Order: sequence, then structure tokens, then C-alpha cells
Amino acid sequence: MLTLEGVGKTYANGVHALDAVNLSVGPGEIVAIVGGSGCGKSTLLRAISGLDTPSQGRVMLDGEKVTKPHEKIGIIFQEPRLLPWLTVAGNVGFGLEDRPKAERDARVVEALTRVGLSEKADMWPRELSGGQAQRVAIARALVPRPEVLLLDEPFSALDAFTRVDLQDHLLGLWADTRPILVLVTHDVDEAVVLADRIMVMRPRPGRIFDEIAADLPRPRERQSSAFDRVRRHVMAALDRSLKPVAKSDANEAAAFWW
Amino acid sequence: MSLVRMSAAIEPAAQPKQKAGKSVLTRWRGPALGLILPLILAVGWELAVRAGFSNGRLVPPPSVIYATFSELARTGELQRHAAATLARVLAGFGIGVIVGTLLGAITGYSLLVRRFIDPSLQALRAIPSIAWVPLFILWLGIFEASKVTLIAVGVFFPVYLGVMGAVMSVDRKIVEVGRAFRLSGVKMVRRILLPAVLPAYVIALRSGLGLGWMFVVAAEFMGASEGLGFLLVDGQQLGKPAQIVAAIVAFAVIGKITDWLIVGITAPFLRWEDRFKSPAAEG
Repeated sequence: MLTLEGVGKTYANGVHALDAVNLSVGPGEIVAIVGGSGCGKSTLLRAISGLDTPSQGRVMLDGEKVTKPHEKIGIIFQEPRLLPWLTVAGNVGFGLEDRPKAERDARVVEALTRVGLSEKADMWPRELSGGQAQRVAIARALVPRPEVLLLDEPFSALDAFTRVDLQDHLLGLWADTRPILVLVTHDVDEAVVLADRIMVMRPRPGRIFDEIAADLPRPRERQSSAFDRVRRHVMAALDRSLKPVAKSDANEAAAFWW
Repeated sequence: MSLVRMSAAIEPAAQPKQKAGKSVLTRWRGPALGLILPLILAVGWELAVRAGFSNGRLVPPPSVIYATFSELARTGELQRHAAATLARVLAGFGIGVIVGTLLGAITGYSLLVRRFIDPSLQALRAIPSIAWVPLFILWLGIFEASKVTLIAVGVFFPVYLGVMGAVMSVDRKIVEVGRAFRLSGVKMVRRILLPAVLPAYVIALRSGLGLGWMFVVAAEFMGASEGLGFLLVDGQQLGKPAQIVAAIVAFAVIGKITDWLIVGITAPFLRWEDRFKSPAAEG
């Protein structure tokens, strides 16, 4: 159980990036966070990961306060961020340094097979394509078997085909151990395909604006009308989140002046 | 020639497979091209002296240089002088590298320390190192200590600058990966920072070593009873140009070998580098 209790962040330069976010994510749940740029969604994710500490409130995982990177929390960044001096296998096993070599090797082989890159184990990261590199990054984050996996716009740098492929891949991997997934994205389709629950955020300061349940059966058909309904719902919420309330009133008044 | 050897040592494993197919002739065509000009000059000068166009007294022909070189080697003189010089370079290089690495790492890591000591070090760097010679002799005497110190000073600056720059330019995003895997302190240094700075560090070591070889000559000019620098001065004073050239050749060979050693020892750790390869170097 991952709980955010009034998590807020004010940066040293006075920017109020995040304002009192409350969120509770149950075991095996997939939550997507969408919102316009600058709405604090990455800030929120970094606070959960323990890479940044919130200025207000706290992040709790199974009743334990998260203040620094936690062994049960894995993170996947927008870029693969593979270590160029380690082979693909070395990168995947990076978080298993303290395990016996036999166990580490076995889990690395298993994870690489699972992401379909077992024949690339001895290659250098520079020899991989963008999609392959991100798959290695996913394997690296999943190999220590985290309870929570955070994803910060993980597929946004990839082309549309690779993106869809990796989304399906991610769901397959998630089904193995069913960790909590918290996914930040600006791709509404991605949110609807992956998430059980979609949080729409609004900017300045960043806070949760709306919550939409995406209770579609899995695997989800991207072309189905139910899918489209949820997508339009999210789009509408996003639209409203970016429209300041006071200003829209003024526009309506202006429209009547003649 | 050196370039090709270097790149052969650091090529990724996939490369040699293609190379094996090429004939020896194709493979060595590139390096051989560079040998043509010096060979023409050497043979030309040899022939000119043989034919009597010049007596070759001030510019000895290759055969005389070779004779002098092998004579020096036969009597053990060359080995004795080379060993003395090498010992000085290694001592000075060792001290310069240790101090330069430590200070460079600390100043690269901590902004406070950098603001505190870097301006002073940069000011010292602006002084031509040879200018220290009189002071070093006054402080440390005319024997080994002042020579090794001068070499160490020469080695220190490129190593210090290289390490500081390398540490400062380590990718923040890669460090964050280390943090996400809960690395800190020694583990962060060993698993993230050290491998990240290694390519720049090797370059810093090589330029440091180059300066070390430069400064050992200056140090031996200021008065030495042995060393390759002594052979140079001795050759000048006794009017033996062939001995001077022989000493220069010895410098070139030993300097190159020590540089190869650094490259060769570190190459296995740098195979991952995504480096630029010019199409010409492939031939």
C-alpha cells in the first residue's frame, strides 16, 4: 500500500511546484498521472521515489515513511540511462550486486529472456536501439522485484509502433509479480491502455484536479468504443484542468457585451 | 603507426571479425604510408653523405647514428642513462599523479573546496614550471629531490585539471541511477563515478606523462651526472651530434613505450566507449 499524505514541494527558488497531494494506491494497482507540462507530475514521482524529499506531507509505503530511495521502489526514467561501461547483462544485474553471483546471473538471464533480449546480453548499451535500451531499463528496474515501480514518461522518446509494443510488454511483465505501477505520462492513450485509475493534475501549483476510473477489461482493445469513452473523458478533464475558472467566466461575460 | 596500434587495442570485440578477412597487405597499407617520407629522407641523407656531398659531421647520417646507438648499448652506457632518466620520470609522475588525482577529485566534487583552492592553483599553473628551477635548487639541492619535484609539478597540472573537469562533467542523470539503487559513499565512487571519469582520466594521465618526459630533460639540463639529458649535454659539449641524436631516439622510444603501457593497461576498461572512428583509420 502506497500512500501520499498532503505531499507538497516548494523549491529553493520559491517555485511552488506541488500542493498537498493525497493519493492512496493499493497492491497491484496501476495509476497513471496525466497533465499539462509544468503541473508537477514529475516532481510528484520524484517525491515518491525518494530522490527528492517533499517540503510538506509524507510518502508512506506499507506504513514506513519514504525519505530516500527505497529497495522496494524501482524507477524507470524518460531516457534508458543505462550505464555505458556495463554490458546489457551488467546493467540488468546492477541492483543485485549484494546477491550471490549464481542467483544474480540466473535472474538476469530470466529478465532478459522476459524482455526478449537474451541474445543481446553481452552487447554494450550503445549497440542497442532506443526501444531495446528502454526494455533493458525496464528489466533493470524489475529484477530486484520492487513492490512499487515508478515510470516517468518512459516511452515518450520512442516512435509510435515501439511505444505500443513496449506498453504491451510492460503489462506482460507487470502481470508476473503485480507490483504497484505509478506512471507519469502526457500520452492519454498510454494512460488509458495501462491504468486502472487516471489522475489528472492541474498546474501552478501542481495538484490533483480529477480522478477517472478506467475500469476496462484487460487486455484492452485500443479501437473499442469503451476505450474511446474513457479517452474522451480524460481529454475533457485535461481541457478543463488547463482552463483557469475565473478566466472562462470573463470570456462568457465578454461574449454577451453586444 | 602508433595510432593504428592504439585503435587496434581499443576496438570493440565485433570489429576484428571483419578485419581477419582482410589481407596483411591491406591492413598495413595505412601505417606504411606514413613511413615513406622519413625513409626517403633517411636514405637520401645517407646517400648524400656517402657520395661526398656533405661530410655529415654536424648532421650525422643514419648509419653513424645507428653505430653510436649500438656502441652505447653494447657498453651498457645507454641502459644506465635510460634507467636513471626513467626512474626520475616514474618518481615524479607517481607523485604528480597521486597529488593531482586527489586534489582534482576533491575540487571537482566540492564547490566549496574548488572556490577555496582552485584560483590559487590556476595562478600557480600560469607560471612556466621551469621558472621554479632556481627555487627548487635552493630549497632541495642539486640532486634527485629537486629534479623529481620539477617533474612532479609538470605532471600535476594536467592530471589535476583533467580529473577536476571529468568529475565536474559526470552526467547527473547517471548519478541519479546510482542514487535510485541506493548507492552512496564508496559504492557510488566505485560503481558510478570511477568508471564515468576513466576515459578522461586516461587522457589526463597521458598528457601528464608527456609533460613528465619534457620536464625530465629540463631537470637533467640543470646538472646531472647520468641520464639521457646528461647524454644530450655531454654530446653538445664534446661535439658529438650522433650521441645527441641517439639520446633523442632513446627518449622517443621509451616515451612511446610508457604511453603505450598506459593505453594498453586501460584499454580493457574502456572497450565500452562510443568513440568516433574516422573512415580512414579503418583502412
